[in-house]
Amino acid sequence: MRTALGKPPLGKAQHGAPWESADALPHAAEGSGARVDHLVVLGLVPAGARVLDIGCGDGSLLALLRDRRGIDGRGIELSREGVNACLARGLSVIQGDADTDLANYPDRAFDVVVLSQTIQATRNPRVVLEHLLRIGRQVIISFPNFGHWRVRSELAFRGRMPVTEIMPDAWWETPNIHHCTIRDFVGLCRVIGARIETATALDARGRPMRFAMPWWVWNLFGAQGVFLLRREGVES
Amino acid sequence: MDTQPDTALRPDPIDEPTRRASERSQALDPKSPVARFAADTPLLTDAGVELAPFQIAYQTAGTLNAARSNAVLICHALTGDQYFAHTHPVTGKGGWWETLVGPGKPIDTDRYFVICSNVIGSCMGSTGPASIDPATGRPYGLNFPLVTIRDMVRAQAMLLEHLGIRDLFLCIGGSMGGMQVLQWAALYPERVFAAMPIATGARHSAQNIAFHEVGRQAIMADPAWADGRYLEAGTRPAKGLGVARMGAHITYLSEPALHRKFGRRFQGGTAPTFSFNADFQIESYLRHQGLSFVERFDANAYLYLTRAMDYFDLAEDHGGVLANAFRGTKTRFCVISFTSDWLFPTRDSRAIVHALNAAAAPVAFVEVESDKGHDAFLLDEPAMFSAARGFIDAAARARGL
Repeated sequence: MRTALGKPPLGKAQHGAPWESADALPHAAEGSGARVDHLVVLGLVPAGARVLDIGCGDGSLLALLRDRRGIDGRGIELSREGVNACLARGLSVIQGDADTDLANYPDRAFDVVVLSQTIQATRNPRVVLEHLLRIGRQVIISFPNFGHWRVRSELAFRGRMPVTEIMPDAWWETPNIHHCTIRDFVGLCRVIGARIETATALDARGRPMRFAMPWWVWNLFGAQGVFLLRREGVES
Repeated sequence: MDTQPDTALRPDPIDEPTRRASERSQALDPKSPVARFAADTPLLTDAGVELAPFQIAYQTAGTLNAARSNAVLICHALTGDQYFAHTHPVTGKGGWWETLVGPGKPIDTDRYFVICSNVIGSCMGSTGPASIDPATGRPYGLNFPLVTIRDMVRAQAMLLEHLGIRDLFLCIGGSMGGMQVLQWAALYPERVFAAMPIATGARHSAQNIAFHEVGRQAIMADPAWADGRYLEAGTRPAKGLGVARMGAHITYLSEPALHRKFGRRFQGGTAPTFSFNADFQIESYLRHQGLSFVERFDANAYLYLTRAMDYFDLAEDHGGVLANAFRGTKTRFCVISFTSDWLFPTRDSRAIVHALNAAAAPVAFVEVESDKGHDAFLLDEPAMFSAARGFIDAAARARGL
């Protein structure tokens, strides 16, 4: 579905249809008990794919993808507790860090690379994103939108760094050191030649926003952005 | 020894002949089961020698299932042996890996058939330099061929064949045992379902070779070593081997662990004695480690096994690219390192993990927070146990065990 917006982000049209409504995410509704944002990812991953989940936590997304899509999944997780939980689920997860460990993966090692709620916590988001596009034929990336109205109003009216459900830490202890808005992220995609295949925004409760809307609406009302990317010039 | 101030390593002379007899008997005729390979089934070693006849001493726990699909091979470390869950015939101590192996433990002997064999070149019943050379009727000594990690693995594979076991559910080991695990996965990938190399590396570092060389030179500098012919000479290079062990033992610990256990505390009082007695607790501890080691280990075997570790470089065997060692493997790996291990630091384990990633192998990796140094893999480390349990249970489910 073409987006309703007159002008795509930052003026120039992206390839494909960057902004799609949740209706375009075919599997988002199926399954119960799983996190809504995980179901969004589930809808984007083809069956049997080789998937690398970076910052995979306790492995719940990888397990969901394995059980529903029959994927061959791998993960990277910083915390030992997370890695242990993954081991107990039978997942192949290494204790590591997106900033240092991605360089060691060969090109095109995975069909899909997932980076969920992590890019804003990396030291070098650009390098990380470039690695993702190199390692995976497709990249699914989600991040908290710093352009969300509550963030803006915290800053504009209270003069405070925002603390929200999705960004729960105070400024002095947050791991998030590279915040961006949905619009900012689209800018980075352009700079490094990432093609946006689909994109959606999730509301504060993690549900996909139901209708196709102009991008500025998403940048204002989306609590997080979820993008499906591919490197320019790489076809499926 | 601990309480008696002394200036040098001095084995107790009274017990000496008894000890020697006991150790000799374990080298030639161990308490554990032994698989004997006759002249027509030699071990073809990397050094180009056909070693025959030879024997492999081993221990088992648990029961092999009807499908023969629940076999676990434990690979022991440099100075380890086959008594992983059995009383040691020389020291009388319990099994060296009873923390990890046993009923209800992560390696559950109620579910798996667990095997551990003394490596070729060692001295607890498998053929090594203390064994009798059939060509001369005398102990091999330095006439024993140099063996490699791969030779150890080949000998283990022959033992498994002898026991009627074609493939392994799990191959696990720490340190030199971890090297064997990696070698197993590289040499017989279709025969290893799951692999756990712990506190190890795909090659021995220059620093590690250096420590080993100091140990070997200590042994060879002991006049009682008698150019390796001490068994015939009726002597025993206990001082040399003891010093080798003292030096090596430091590398198995960590500075924080030493500080916590001993600090600068005095052994017998509150003031220095202004002598070279073992004033400090750490000195006394190391001397004790050295002396108790020589009771159970053969000096020449120590030379051979340290050499085998030095020669280990799995990448070099595969065109300089470690990933090539694991190309196309279906084995699932779980690599574990310890934060305070400076002998096989985490970066060594990460190099293995990166190679496995490059080879698209299923690999899990955990760095366990511990201040106990390299030896942590032998100790009570709940974080290692929970990782091992999670990995092994999941692998068992995948294999239908």
